[in-house]
Amino acid sequence: MDEIFDSKSYFDTIYARPVMLETKNLSQVFRHGNTERVVLNNIHLSIHKREFICVIGPSGCGKSTLSRVVAGLDDFHSGEVLVEGEKIQGPSSERGMVFQGYTLFPWKTVKENVMFGPLMKGVSPTRSEEMAREWINIIGLEKYENQFPHELSGGMKQRVAIARALVNEPKILLMDEPFGALDPYTRQKMQKHLMDLWQNIDITIMFVTHDMDEAILLADRIVALKANPGEIKEIIEVNLPRPRSLDLIHSPEFKQLRQRVDQLVHAQEEDIDPALEDLPKIPRMTKIST
Amino acid sequence: MHHSSASNKNTLFLSLGSFLIPLLIWSCVSYLPFIWHPQVQITNSGDASYLQMGTRLEKDAYYAEAQNIIDQGKNPPTGILVNPIYLPAPHEVAKALFTSFTTPPQQADSPWLHQSLWHSIKIVFTAFFISSLLGVPLGILCGFSKTISRLTEPFVEFFRYLPAPAFGALAVAILGINDAPKIAIIVIGTLFQQILIIANTTRMVDRGLIEAGYTLGTNKIKSLFHVVIPAALPDIYRDQRVLLGWAWTYLIVSELIGATSGITWFITQQARYQNFDNVYAAILIIGVIGIVCDLILMKLGARLFKWKKGV
Repeated sequence: MDEIFDSKSYFDTIYARPVMLETKNLSQVFRHGNTERVVLNNIHLSIHKREFICVIGPSGCGKSTLSRVVAGLDDFHSGEVLVEGEKIQGPSSERGMVFQGYTLFPWKTVKENVMFGPLMKGVSPTRSEEMAREWINIIGLEKYENQFPHELSGGMKQRVAIARALVNEPKILLMDEPFGALDPYTRQKMQKHLMDLWQNIDITIMFVTHDMDEAILLADRIVALKANPGEIKEIIEVNLPRPRSLDLIHSPEFKQLRQRVDQLVHAQEEDIDPALEDLPKIPRMTKIST
Repeated sequence: MHHSSASNKNTLFLSLGSFLIPLLIWSCVSYLPFIWHPQVQITNSGDASYLQMGTRLEKDAYYAEAQNIIDQGKNPPTGILVNPIYLPAPHEVAKALFTSFTTPPQQADSPWLHQSLWHSIKIVFTAFFISSLLGVPLGILCGFSKTISRLTEPFVEFFRYLPAPAFGALAVAILGINDAPKIAIIVIGTLFQQILIIANTTRMVDRGLIEAGYTLGTNKIKSLFHVVIPAALPDIYRDQRVLLGWAWTYLIVSELIGATSGITWFITQQARYQNFDNVYAAILIIGVIGIVCDLILMKLGARLFKWKKGV
């Protein structure tokens, strides 16, 4: 890197911005018959305007639950979720969401999918179509606007899903492992695509992932959760310069960060998953053919 | 996603086969005397004047009788081996398929076959339409809302075990002897299954789509009309095709209620006169109408729900 990245001033600017999303004392409990499982415990989190937050943690740490609770899709047990200081009430298009599974409406074309949000808001069909076109152009799928979702690749589907959420001009974009089902190459392209989008529009993103490289590459801050109960273990500032390229993964700073996140995330993994304990040594059972 | 033309050909071939195999068996039984043919039909009475020409009797009885007459030194009756009258040969039924339409009814004021058929078709479709008018919306609501489902489904579940024909006498007492009670029986037979099946189909809609809808600004009502119904529609359509088949199966029972009418009237009349070839012809026509209806609806469905192909 030629220029020195001043991470302090970068984060000072972020923290100076108003808080967009805040969770206070947020807890979530699942009941299975008589047993209770605390999925989220006392989550305190403040996300500032235009910040890119990645939530990471071992499986079962409640990171998906957190994004669903913030989206308003799941009720929570106690605590508060505030968007610009106001308590959330159920799901709303001000908190757009991109899911891991493909959730484009299969009976609608790309354009009709993107038009859905504005139409639900009562925007006229003509205006909705204009808005949809605009966003389809931004994500670069104008050639596909009249195709149906089953005619698109996985990466294209997620691009449309992002456009479909952003056309509503949400305050926050929640992304729950959106690239989890994509192959590694497409995934990298999509990470770059998302960074470009985020850099050029005013959007606050909470991105859930279990991929450490993805989290470090994308995030301003990484929220590392631990499981049983799901609590915030640490919030890490990613002091890597922006804009970031995919090559950054090979830099020593990146590797250093990765090691730290790795320790945070995996330190506990063996305590959580009994399947990982006492993995036996497998003896050779067949003769080695030559 | 798409069948290759080779496998398409194969499918067609097998479909033809599925019709040809039963036809072949029927032909063998009809035309190869050594397979069954348990009776003898008299072609010449000989000296046994009590055996009129055309009389059918069991083989054993015929041989005993013929032996008896030969023993008396007289001329034995002759005959041909035949199947019982209730099993006409394919060519006889094929002929009946044509002649039953061209033969005027036995009584001057009775309906022709095509009139009987049309009457039956009207009954089935009217009943299915009425049933769908109630069953489809109610089924969708049950599938969409747990409250509505809990409020209605236990009763529906109970009611569907009550055999529809059991309401025959009641329906006649309330609705008279004409078409109304017949339609009522088909509706009773179809409606309760319809509610449960469509409720289930509606419940199968991918939760992910409904949740995505919520994060895009739908409320409950908008979710129902803009996400749940369009998502479930192709499967509801498929259910309707199956249910229409069920409505047909209730037709004969319902037509026996009150004043017998429609194709059932034709069939019972023909059976009374022992015109079994006409009976088979009528049954075959019902089958043909059913399968043609279903094929048309299937093609229409594939056209209406093109998007479903790739899902």
